[in-house]
Amino acid sequence: MDYEVIFTNIHLYIEGLWVTIQLVFLSLVCGFVLALPIALLAICRSPWIQIFPKTYIYFFRGTPLLVQMFLIYHGMGQFEFVRESVIWIVFKEAYWCALIAFALNTAGYTAEILRGTIEQTPFGDFEAARACGMSKSTMYRRIILPGTFRRALPAYGNETIFMLHGSALAGVVTIVDLFGAAKVVNSRHFVPFESFITAGFFYFCLTFIIVSLFKKLEFRWYAHLRPRKV
Amino acid sequence: MDDLHKYFGSDEVLKGISLQAHEGDVIVMMGASGSGKSTFLRCINMLETLTSGKIYVRGELIRMKQDHNGTIVPEDIKQVERIRTRLGMVFQQFNLWSHMTVLENIIEAPIHVLKIPKNEAIERAESLLHKVGIHDRKHYHPAHLSGGQQQRVAIARALAMEPDMLLFDEPTSALDPELVGEVLQVMQNLAEEGRTMIVVTHEIGFAQDVSSRVVFLHEGSIEEEGTPSEIFKNPSSDRFRQFISKKVEI
Repeated sequence: MDYEVIFTNIHLYIEGLWVTIQLVFLSLVCGFVLALPIALLAICRSPWIQIFPKTYIYFFRGTPLLVQMFLIYHGMGQFEFVRESVIWIVFKEAYWCALIAFALNTAGYTAEILRGTIEQTPFGDFEAARACGMSKSTMYRRIILPGTFRRALPAYGNETIFMLHGSALAGVVTIVDLFGAAKVVNSRHFVPFESFITAGFFYFCLTFIIVSLFKKLEFRWYAHLRPRKV
Repeated sequence: MDDLHKYFGSDEVLKGISLQAHEGDVIVMMGASGSGKSTFLRCINMLETLTSGKIYVRGELIRMKQDHNGTIVPEDIKQVERIRTRLGMVFQQFNLWSHMTVLENIIEAPIHVLKIPKNEAIERAESLLHKVGIHDRKHYHPAHLSGGQQQRVAIARALAMEPDMLLFDEPTSALDPELVGEVLQVMQNLAEEGRTMIVVTHEIGFAQDVSSRVVFLHEGSIEEEGTPSEIFKNPSSDRFRQFISKKVEI
């Protein structure tokens, strides 16, 4: 075991860690913003409106993230009109391609989590809101969605961790994230075990931080479910 | 003048019911389960849509129209929403919003529907909580209260809108027997204040002592109607006689 090279290359890991955090954070934020309207469309009773959100969710849950990322990163460049248009500025960068793939992917899963949770809202919550004259938008904004976010928290925590681990795929398309850093160290010094276990250790720490963040949120948001302190 | 008139055409559940409530009336609706009394109550504030018939609240007709499938829907949802703010509803299962505290439950609709300033809404909520005797629990969540306390919060929530009329949908049916009294007491106080109320209930004692009119439903029609002193002493229908004698035995 040779951990000497790990310590001499630790700056690579730290930079990779930062890229991973950026990618995961940005894709989660964008994904969530995208997921909310998709989930709201998915609960519409009209079958015509449902076509778009249902297809979206099926597509992004039905294909591997790696395939989606390759489609965006390699696939887009195949079309001349893409290469010649302004959007090529975005699609020629691996970083943006990975970010788009991650955000679209997590939006699919998050939309499905939200859809399921909204539909599990106790019927009485809707009725009480309607009975006091709330409009549909006020009802969702003030009553249904706050309840939904609370109930969706454990499932969403899971999705965040999946996204973190899924983000390692960025290392496949030349991005030097945590996994990319491990690949670089390995290829320079041929220490596969040491280089990848170090990346694993950083992922482990990030997971730990995410888990404790969600624990904190649950503690704050679940006061109504805890037994009262006497 | 609080004037509510409503009738149904050939509906399966409600077979043509007309009822008029005047200001200060306390109308108790009784009947076996399945007689349509809850459905009737829920039609008044459009939680359930009717097949035909008209509803007037304070003389204002709730306008209805047919949608492309032929079902009857409110023509103007804004009108329905506005009228709902005038009708306070209390449910059998309380239906408090579980993630909000007692106080938050009560100030929610006044702030976000009536657009009352927050401090004013809180002031109003506090005095209502005193009135229903639950002020010391204002920062509790509903799950930490007994059923009777939850129902009293629900009544305060309905009152916070300062409605013209209160609708009670079996308010004590989900409660343990020893908790029924505290809720009925609050309702009796409201009746004595002169509030207009329509109460669907099985509580014969409440009907006898508090109501100004009793309506007995059977299979979607009004079987018996009158002041409590009239109809409990001289019930004209056999079904109503059977209904109350069964209750008294229990």
